[in-house]
Amino acid sequence: MDAHVKILRYNPEVVGEAEWKTYTVSLEPTDRVLDALHKIKWEQDGTLTFRRSCAHGVCGSDAMRINGRNRLACKTLIKDLNPEKEITVEPIKGLPVLKDLVVDMEPFFDAYRSVMPFLVTTGHEPTRERIQSQADRDRFDDTTKCILCAACTTSCPVFWSDGQYFGPQAIVGAHRFIFDSRDEGTEQRLEILNDKEGVWRCRTTFNCTEACPRGIEVTKAIQEVKRALIFRRV
Amino acid sequence: MPSPPHHPGRMSEIAAPRSSSRSRNLKGGGRNRSGQTNFELYSWLFMRLSGLALVVLVLGHLFVNLMLGGGITALDFAFVAGKWANPLWQVWDLLMLWLAMLHGTNGLRTIINDYAEKDQTRFWLKALLITASIVVVVLGTLVIFTFDPCLDPSSTLSVCK
Ligand code: HEM
Ligand code: SF4
Ligand code: FES
Repeated sequence: MDAHVKILRYNPEVVGEAEWKTYTVSLEPTDRVLDALHKIKWEQDGTLTFRRSCAHGVCGSDAMRINGRNRLACKTLIKDLNPEKEITVEPIKGLPVLKDLVVDMEPFFDAYRSVMPFLVTTGHEPTRERIQSQADRDRFDDTTKCILCAACTTSCPVFWSDGQYFGPQAIVGAHRFIFDSRDEGTEQRLEILNDKEGVWRCRTTFNCTEACPRGIEVTKAIQEVKRALIFRRV
Repeated sequence: MPSPPHHPGRMSEIAAPRSSSRSRNLKGGGRNRSGQTNFELYSWLFMRLSGLALVVLVLGHLFVNLMLGGGITALDFAFVAGKWANPLWQVWDLLMLWLAMLHGTNGLRTIINDYAEKDQTRFWLKALLITASIVVVVLGTLVIFTFDPCLDPSSTLSVCK
């Protein structure tokens, strides 16, 4: 089967705007968009630039905007995209494009770092593992699944227009520790997200929840953080 | 061979779990750490609470003005004069004015934060917004309390005879 893949190309060394280029590739319906990109890069145009590492949906490096929606190229099958029509592939929006499908992820990681995404404890270290009940674990199980692909943050219209907004992923990353019974940094993290550019910027658009390739209920996590702030109780 | 670049600056931005600098909190974290207030929290709550109140106030207002009695055909100067002679409707309209104005102003503040890219633009748009809102709220409040249907000496309204 011949599929037509239309890619937004941008070369920083050539002055000018990004432009669309269409490639025709022969693919199986069960191939993934990542396979199409590989075929183009390996067989037609070696300058095509994109990130990928694991190729199996665990590393989070190949989030891109495919047919107008943020997805992982390695988890998107051609047959699920209506291959009769052109398949469009663009970089994720809201982060500076470096080349073709590669964006500068630093602002995204900066937001993640600023919510202190590590266990905060006080007192002596226990000599054995920190035990937690299943019920306590269930409270943040969903947000432990994040692979930092940025599909959510770069699907958020508030982030598009206001790059200072922490974005859904940073809130997911904070949620994972705020609702962890073993963590003692809750107050600090809540205060960080009480910022002008924190959770209150969220307008419950649900784009993030739709975009997440891990099926995390991102909007719900954000609302839980808002509730924790309002009632000062997690 | 040159060694790979380290990012000492970046590392020190995050207090590692066991580092002694942890109590110092993190540098880049929670931009605007100084002057942290609950303003955005209350503003968010206010939008929902005032929204709820507005549903009752606005629908009640529309129902009384457009459906009850003579309906829309009975809407005239005398109708308004009659309503504002009643303290209940004075309070009702006052609440509606204040809540809608604060709600709408705060909503537009959000939209300005969304779309204004330069600090200058943002500042002037907000200045304009706040000025306009104050004018409307003050004038509206003044009218509700000082409204006198008989200001015109030749008025033919029954209350003025
Ligand atoms: C009838 C009852 C109303 C309800 C239940 C209501 C509810 C809400 C809520 C919950 C929000 C926040 C949305 C968010 O943060 O995502 C909002 C935003 C807003 N409201 Fe209302 N509202 C009402 C009436 C009004 C009125 C009368 C005005 C105009 C005076 C108004 C103007 C706005 C504006 C400009 C926004 C900001 C929109 C945005 O955030 O994009 N609303 N409203
Ligand atoms: S929450 Fe989902 S969409 Fe967002 S970065 Fe994590 S895995 Fe990606
Ligand atoms: S390449 Fe690792 S998630 Fe797609």
